[in-house]
Parts: sequence; structure tokens; C-alpha cells
Amino acid sequence: MTLSAEYLWLIPALPLLAAAVGALTPRSGRRLASAAAILAIGVSFLLSCGALATALANPAQHAAANFAWFDLGNGALRLGWLLDPLTAFMCVMVTFVGGLIFVFSTGYMHDDANAKQFFCFLSLFAAAMLGIVVANSLLLLFISWELVGLASYLLIGFWFHKPEAAAAAKKAFIVTRIGDLGFLLGILWLYDATGSLLFYDGGNGVLEATALSSMVAQTTVGGLAVSTAIGLLIFCGAVGKSGQFPLHVWLPDAMEGPTPVSALIHAATMVAAGVFLIARVYPLMMADHDLVHVPLHALTVVAFIGAITALMGALIAVAQNDIKRVLAFSTVSQLGYMMLALGVGSWVAAIFHLLTHAFFKALLFLGAGSVIHAAHHEQDIRKLGGLSKLMRVTFLTFAVGTLALAGFPFLFSGFWSKEAVLHAAHEWDVSHLPLYAGLAAVVLTAFYMTRLVAETFFGKPRSHAAEHAHENSAAMTGPLVILAICAVGLGFLGTPAWPWLQSALTGAPVEPHSLLEGGGLMMLSIVLVALGLGTGWAVYWRRLRATATAPDPLATAAPGTFAFLGARMKFDELYAATLGRLNTFLAALAGFFDRWVWGGLVNLLALLGEFGGVVNREADESGLNGGFDATSEKLRGTGQLYSRAQTGDAHGYLRTLAIAFVVLALIVIMGING
Amino acid sequence: MSTSHLLSLIVFVPWIGAALLALLRGTSPKLSRALALLFSLSTLGLGFVALASFDPGRTGYQFIERHDWIAALNVHYHLGLDGMSLILVLLTGIVSPAALLGSWHLKRDPRCFAILFLLLQGAALGVFLALDFFHWFLFWELSLVPAFFLIKLWGGPGASRAAYQFVIYTIGGSAFMLLGFAAIFAATGTLDFAQLTQLASDGELGAKLATLGGIWPEAVFVGVLLGLAVKVPLFPFHTWLPPAYAEAPTGVSMFLTGIMSKMGVYGFLRILWPLFPAQLHAAAPCLLWLALGGVVLGAFAAMKQTDLKRMVAYSSVNHLSYCLLALFAVSYATGRDGLHAEAATAALSGTILQMFNHGLSAAALFFCVGVLESRSNGKRGLDDFGGLRTVAPLFAGLCGIAMFSSLGLPGLNGFVGEFLIFRGVFGLDALAAAVACLGLFATAFFLLTFWQRVFHGPRAGAARGEFRDVAGFELAVLIPLVALMFLFGVLPQLLTGLFNPLITSWAGHLTLP
Repeated sequence: MTLSAEYLWLIPALPLLAAAVGALTPRSGRRLASAAAILAIGVSFLLSCGALATALANPAQHAAANFAWFDLGNGALRLGWLLDPLTAFMCVMVTFVGGLIFVFSTGYMHDDANAKQFFCFLSLFAAAMLGIVVANSLLLLFISWELVGLASYLLIGFWFHKPEAAAAAKKAFIVTRIGDLGFLLGILWLYDATGSLLFYDGGNGVLEATALSSMVAQTTVGGLAVSTAIGLLIFCGAVGKSGQFPLHVWLPDAMEGPTPVSALIHAATMVAAGVFLIARVYPLMMADHDLVHVPLHALTVVAFIGAITALMGALIAVAQNDIKRVLAFSTVSQLGYMMLALGVGSWVAAIFHLLTHAFFKALLFLGAGSVIHAAHHEQDIRKLGGLSKLMRVTFLTFAVGTLALAGFPFLFSGFWSKEAVLHAAHEWDVSHLPLYAGLAAVVLTAFYMTRLVAETFFGKPRSHAAEHAHENSAAMTGPLVILAICAVGLGFLGTPAWPWLQSALTGAPVEPHSLLEGGGLMMLSIVLVALGLGTGWAVYWRRLRATATAPDPLATAAPGTFAFLGARMKFDELYAATLGRLNTFLAALAGFFDRWVWGGLVNLLALLGEFGGVVNREADESGLNGGFDATSEKLRGTGQLYSRAQTGDAHGYLRTLAIAFVVLALIVIMGING
Repeated sequence: MSTSHLLSLIVFVPWIGAALLALLRGTSPKLSRALALLFSLSTLGLGFVALASFDPGRTGYQFIERHDWIAALNVHYHLGLDGMSLILVLLTGIVSPAALLGSWHLKRDPRCFAILFLLLQGAALGVFLALDFFHWFLFWELSLVPAFFLIKLWGGPGASRAAYQFVIYTIGGSAFMLLGFAAIFAATGTLDFAQLTQLASDGELGAKLATLGGIWPEAVFVGVLLGLAVKVPLFPFHTWLPPAYAEAPTGVSMFLTGIMSKMGVYGFLRILWPLFPAQLHAAAPCLLWLALGGVVLGAFAAMKQTDLKRMVAYSSVNHLSYCLLALFAVSYATGRDGLHAEAATAALSGTILQMFNHGLSAAALFFCVGVLESRSNGKRGLDDFGGLRTVAPLFAGLCGIAMFSSLGLPGLNGFVGEFLIFRGVFGLDALAAAVACLGLFATAFFLLTFWQRVFHGPRAGAARGEFRDVAGFELAVLIPLVALMFLFGVLPQLLTGLFNPLITSWAGHLTLP
């Protein structure tokens, strides 16, 4: 089965239809809503496979189907769909992982009275996410981008009666919107510079040679090439959405949403949209690559932001006690890896890691969801424990996910994709700092995941909820098993010996090379994984936690550092003290100006007018004011007493205005003449 | 149906309704409400008749009615409609009945309310269709009288003061405009917009005004500018707006923000810009910053409000400032080398879309605040509610859609206009577009705060007791408005198709005389 670009819109349209069905069904129609959602995403999955077949048949092509949205001037604002291997792989991943999470949700949300709304929002999310992926226009991508933001907002705040959930939803929307404003400016600039927002348009698209070379040729503030400036602005959007430093603060809070939401939106798909975005506009991002006399290349910034994020996320994850927060910071860190790969010049490695990460991180989150569901919403790992015996399937699949994330050699997909990232960082000729950050994060990742597994699944259950946990229904364990299989198998699509995925994505054959080539780096990273797992074992596994209140071994060893990391390096406090205050200050200033300066000016002038107008006051009173009062008296007579009599105000205002107008008129006139 | 008197019908049917109600003394409240709604709906019906025979490809006026009126003053009764006025007539047709329903249950003298409301509606339509300054100004001023009494007599506790401030401020502005036009008449002998526009584009208007000597040419411009600036309002002439919108009864707030604020923007586009291109160009750098002030400070001031009606009122200051920002940016860039005609087209198209879309979403938001007031004995503070989504999910959903439409979420109507304005302004003055982004941020901030405090969290305040979900006539208002938000968000062509040729021809003739 094949699917051409003209019909690509069906892939997002079906979930959108399911969302509409969900929105219009009454509350009792939860079965209908969930069935429609699963059916729609299932069919979308089949269509995506068809699209993948089409794309793989002509991998080098960017097949586009463009159309006019509305008339604008002598032309029209055009949007379009794009089918290339990148689109197709993303579609397959989103619909497949999404479908499994939908099935999982039927179990997880079984007892929630609002479940039909949940499936409506999930379908809306899937539609918007697929819209990002199939868009052939930066504007259409941005539209879908904002809509995934909306879906994320609605789903984080799904349990809106909880104040924390409501606050987290707002925080996510606002923080990502800060990045999106940069993104919007980038779009505007791109539109202005090239006259188009279509990626590929038969030679006239923004990612095609003509537009790129014109943007590279021009320079702007600070000597930057225009393409660099636009690329960096677009990157702002990716920083917000993909939880990169310094806008990562919303992502951990987003864990207030139901766990399937965390798995789908805040691990597998939406947060990876920033990585996808940069991969999509990669020709623009690296257009400045050959320029020598520029202060900065866009991708250099991407690489360093990615490296900082990868290391920072891993450090913070070490000191979290909430199972979902550990995974959330792990996501932040892994997204940093992807950005790092993009920055050092390998978008293919980034997408490879994006795809494998989507599966194993969705697996880990669903596993966490399975634990939380079984343990009556207990999320604190100090109060869990001993679940390996009580929840066999969950434990085993979670272990597979852990090993994949930690990059356990050879067998697990995470190893191969992380390897590809580190390999690319090693090749980068600008700096090796990102490589070192990435290697350090390898150790930390293996360490904090060992800690998480040891605390959650081993030792004695340390709370009533954990003692009574039992394995969940097949609707929940089934997806875990399938994802676990993928978390192992997917890696073999992109090993150095058989780089099928790499050549499929680029549409050009990639030379396979033996595992031993560049083996030094691989050996090093295997040693580092072993170091992380070993230290984790020594610290947490050898002496398993006995009670929920016992202090963490690291907290005993380095209380200050542990507390600092536990408090997420105090970013929230820092922002509250600076940006939050600035915002409040601006609001107060605007309010003050409004009330006292503009309004006060009017009143002050009124006073002056009163003072100067003593002579003709009587005339005013009886004339203008009296007229108003008389009229209103008459009308008042027809109804109840509703308004207070008003005297002495009108002439003040009038005189004020007269004076104000004359003053302003003089200013403007002088401005014109001068 | 013959369209020869279509425009007169559009303007005067609401007034006929008002007269009829005035004559029918002693009608029951029910009947007078129904009659008022019927006459108010006439605008929409007649607007559709106009739409059916409207030819968007012709950029001149259509359905023209021109008769001699006052020969001694060379005044003609002259009505005409182009793509811009058609959009505004349709908007009036949608918002006015919704606004009437918004104050449906007012106890106090419904007949009198209906009369004044229909007078107001007709006057606004007259402003959108009149093409001779003489009766354009009559309609302009006549709209104030019913608005004044509607605010003062049916408004909240501070209504009296707010109504006075509103009227005096606006009349003060208009007085200068009247003076300005008197001078124009003295110099040219005509008050016909079409003729004056022609004179202005030939450069003769400036020359004729110059014969008056002194600072008159500039003073005339400033006079007209002030009259319009107060009406929109342009920052910092906006201080009358928050109290007036907040104190007015729900339906009147809906009309004021939905329609009356558009009268000012319309005047900018129909009169000030075509008649005084050079003066506007000279003043544009200064005006551009005032519009930016409205965009940014309006949004930040909204953040500070605890009265929801005042919050929505400040958000209107912010939204309308986008319209003026776009126009001033176009005027600013006119005559500059390498002027982007495409950017100008986008900015002006965005302005017209924004007028329409703001009318829909702000009216819907005021209506939603009205729903809150109607169920809580008039409470409308940010902290007077909590957790309403639990008890009134449908209301929460509809209000949420209106809110997201207002903050410019793609897929809903507000986005397209704002995107086009930003696209245009960026091409004309990139710095201004960047500063205006602050307004987008602040808007999201205060609207989400509104939503979070009122609808989310545990039930609190007025939501703790019984709180009915929206039903009946409330749905009759909200559902059509929300449906239109989706419709125009997905298919903006339905609107842009009506005015795109017109805007294209404007943007194609951007020159300074």
C-alpha cells in the first residue's frame, strides 16, 4: 500500500475527526470516544505505513502537495503537505506509540468520570502532532505547534480541580509561549526575507537553494548572516517545546497530568517536536556552515544548549524522589542529547535517538503509570519498593526500558542511538566540550536509573499502597510488552555495521563500517555505562532502603549538593525572583500609569481648568451641566432611582479635554514641522 | 429583491424599529424584547442580501445611493459599500442581536432599552455606510446619545460618572474633528469622501488647505486625528474606556467593544489615512509608538485588573491597538524605498480581519462575564469564583474557546488577523513587531490567569453554591459566536475573499502626494 503526498492530510485528519466525535458525545459516551480515538489512530498508523512505503521508494524526493489557504494580495497564502522519509518515520512512530498509549489509557483512566474528555483531548493532540510532522509550511507547522501546546495544556490540567495541576498547565503554556514568540519572529523574518513559508515548492521553497543562498548572503545585527539569525529565532521555539535549558522548567511540572499523557506528550512525541523542527529546517540551520567571517554559527548554539541540557537534566534526575520526576528530568537530558547531535551536524543521529527514545521512554512512563495505578497513586520511590515480585510484567519491561535508556551495550536500542550521537560529537571540529558533557551524562544516566529501579522494585514494600499492589490488566501490560520488544529491536535498524535507517532517512547510501572502527569511543562509553551501573549498585542496591524515611545515601554524603539538585538547581526560584518579579513590576507599572499618570493628568488638568474657569463657571453650570442633568432627571423619572445625581464633573472634564487636546495638538504639529 | 435602496434599509430599519417601539406605548416587556430582536436581526438579513449581490472584484463602492440634499452646502445624501464596510455591516448584524440577548433579562424598562439600543445600532451602521461627512458626522455623534443613556441608566454603581466621562471625552474629540472638517469645507467646498480622497491623492487637498494659511493644514489633520483617536481609543486617550465598558450593562459592553470601537478604526482607514496621507506619514513614527504603548501597556494593565470586565476592557485596548499599529506602520513606510507592497497588504488585511475577529471574541467574553454576574448577584472579581468547570462544564468550554480565540490560538479566528498584522508590521518596521510580541505574551498570561482562577482549582466563592450551567438563550448567543470562531479560523478565505481586491488596490497605490 502506498500513500502519496496529496492524501497525507488524512493522517492528521482522522484523529481530528475522532476528537470532534469525542467533543460532541455526551459524558456517558466514554466507550464511543475511546473507540473512535483508537480506531482513528489505528487507521492513521496504516496510512503512515503506506506513506513510509512511498517515501522509501523515492527517498531522495521531497514530495510536496501545496494549496492556497486564502487570497492575499495578488497571490495567496499557501500551505502544504510534505512527504519524505523524515515525515514518514515520524508518522509511523507517533501513530504506533500513540496507539499503544491510547490502549493503555483505556485501562488507566477506567475509573475516571471524565474519561471521554480525556480521549477527545488525546485525539486532538495526536492530530496536531501529526500536523507538525506532515506540514510543508512553517506556518502550518506553527499552527499545529500551538495546537499541541493547547492539547498539552488541557491534558496537564486534566485534573483541574487540583490547584497544582491547574498551575502546572498554565506554567507549561506560558513558558513554551516565551520560546514561541522567538519562533514567531523567526517565521516573520523568514517570510519577509524569502516571500514564502513553504519548505519545498519546486525551487521556490525556503529550504531550497535560491532562498538559502540569498539569506546567507545578507548580514544583519552583529554581523550574523540572516539565515543564522532566523535559525536561532526558530530554535527558541524548539528550546521551549523540547524542554531545553533555560526553558526546561515547565516539563517536570507537567508531570501533574495523568501518566499516559506524560508518556505520550512529555516523553515520546511533543517534547521531541523541537528536535524534529530543527531537523526539518536543517538546510536553513546549516546554511551558514561555510561562512568564515561570522561571529557565530546557528548550529554551534544548538550544540552547546543541547550539551548543557543533557548534563543538567541528568544531574537533577539523580536527586529526585518522585518516579515521574526522575523520568521527566531524564527526558530533559535525553532531549539534550538529540539537540547536541543536531548541533554537531548529524540530524540523522538525532532522529535515530528520537525514535528509539520515543519507544523506551514511553515504555518507562507507562511502566511508571502501571506502578502508580497499582499503588493507588503513590509516586514517591521512597514509599514504594518490592514491586518486582508483585508486578512481574511491569518490572521486566521496566528493566528493559532502563537498560535501553542507560545504553546497555549491544542488545538495546538506546546503546546504538546514543552511540551515534557520541560518535557525531566526537567528529565535530569546533569543540569537544559537548562530547565530554555527553559522556558524563552517560555515567549519570546509568546511575540514576539503577537508583530508580532499586528503590521502586526491590527491598521491602515501604507503604501500605505498595504492599497491596498487584499487576494490572492486559490493556495496560500488553502495550508494555510491545514497547519492550521495540526498545530492543529498533536499535538494529541503525547499527554502524548495517546503517539502514541512516540511509533510508537521507536517501543516500551510508557506508557501513565495522564495529571496531572508532571502537575506542564505543569502548569508553561501555566502560562509562558499567561505571554508572556499578556505582548505582554499590550505593543503592547493596544496601537497600529499609524505611520510607531513611535518608538517601547521597544526602548523607553530600547534603548541600543533594539538596541543591533535589531543588532542581533552584531554577524556579531564580525565575520567580527575576522574571516573575519583572512581570509583576511591569503589570504594576502599567496599572500605575493608567490610574495615576494618564488618568491623573486628566484629573490634574481638570483641576487647572476649574481654577482658570472660575469666571465662566456659572455659565457652564447652568448651560452644559444643567442640560445633562435635566435630561437625565427626565429619564430617571421613568424608572427607579438608579443613578446618583452628578454635578460639577462635566465642565471639569470638558475643560481638561480642551486643554489636553490643545497641548497634544501643539506637540504633534511641532513634530510634523520639525 | 431590488438593491437600489438596500443601504438605506440597512441603516434605517433599526431606527424604524425604534420609532415603532416608541409609538407602541404599554407593550409588554416580552413583546418589546421580541420586536427589538427582530429589528436588530434585520441587519444580518439585509447584510446577507448585500453579500449575495456584492462583487468583491470591484474595488469601488457598490449599491451607491446618491441624492441631492442640502444644495446650499453642497451636501449629498451619499451611501456606498465596499469590502471593508460590508465586513463591518455583517459584524454589526452578528454582534447586535447577540448584545440584545446579552441584556435580555434586564428588569428596568425593556422598551426604553430596546429603543435606545436600536438607535445606537442604526447610528453605527450609518457611520459604516455614509460617504458624505455631513451625515457621517451626524451618525457618529448620534451614536453617543443612546450609548450615554444605556450606560448611565442601566449600568452599575459607578455608571453615571463613567457615562459622563465617556460622552464628554468623545464629544471633546469630535469637536476638533468637526472644526477640522469645517476648515476642509471652507477650503474645498465639498464634504464628499470620494471627492476628497480624489483631491488628496492628486495632492490638491493639501494645496487648498494651505491657502487657509498658518498652521491650518496640520491643525485640521490633528483635529480629525483626535476625534478618531478617542473613539478607538488610541493610547493614551483610552482612560474613559475601562470604566465605561465595566459599568455598562452586559449587552451594551458587548456592543461598545464589538461595534463602536470599530467605528474609530474604520474612520482611520476611511477618512484620516486617505485624506491626509502626507500628514499621517509625518506623524507616524510618533503614532506608531503610541499604538505600541496600547499593545504592551494595555495588556500589562489587564494583568493588574481584578475586575474581570475591566480586564476584558483592557484587552480590547490591546487588540485594537494592533489595528492601529498596522495602519501606522503602513503609513510610516509609505514613500520609503523598497516598500514591501506585500507587507502592506498583509498589514491592512490583518487590520480588517482583526476588527471583525475582535468583535466576535470580545463580545463573547463580555457575555461570559455577564453570565458570571447573573449567577452571583453581580460579582465579577477574579477571586470571586473557583472550580466552575466542575459545575458548569459547558460554560467553561465555551468561555475557554472565546478566550483562546482572543489570545490568538491558531485554528480559531483571532490568529489569522494577528498573524497578518505581525507579518506586515515586521516587513515594515521589524522592531515594532518585536516589541509588540510582549503584548502577545501578556495576553496569554492574563487570560490564562482568568481561566485558572475562575474555572480551575477547587470550587470556591460563588461557585460553591448552586451554579447553573449555560442554557437556553445563553446558548443561542454563545454557540453561534463560537461556531463562527472555528469557521473563520479554518476558512479565513470567507472573509478575506470579500476585501482582498480592495486591500490589494490600496496597497498598490501607496504614494505620498
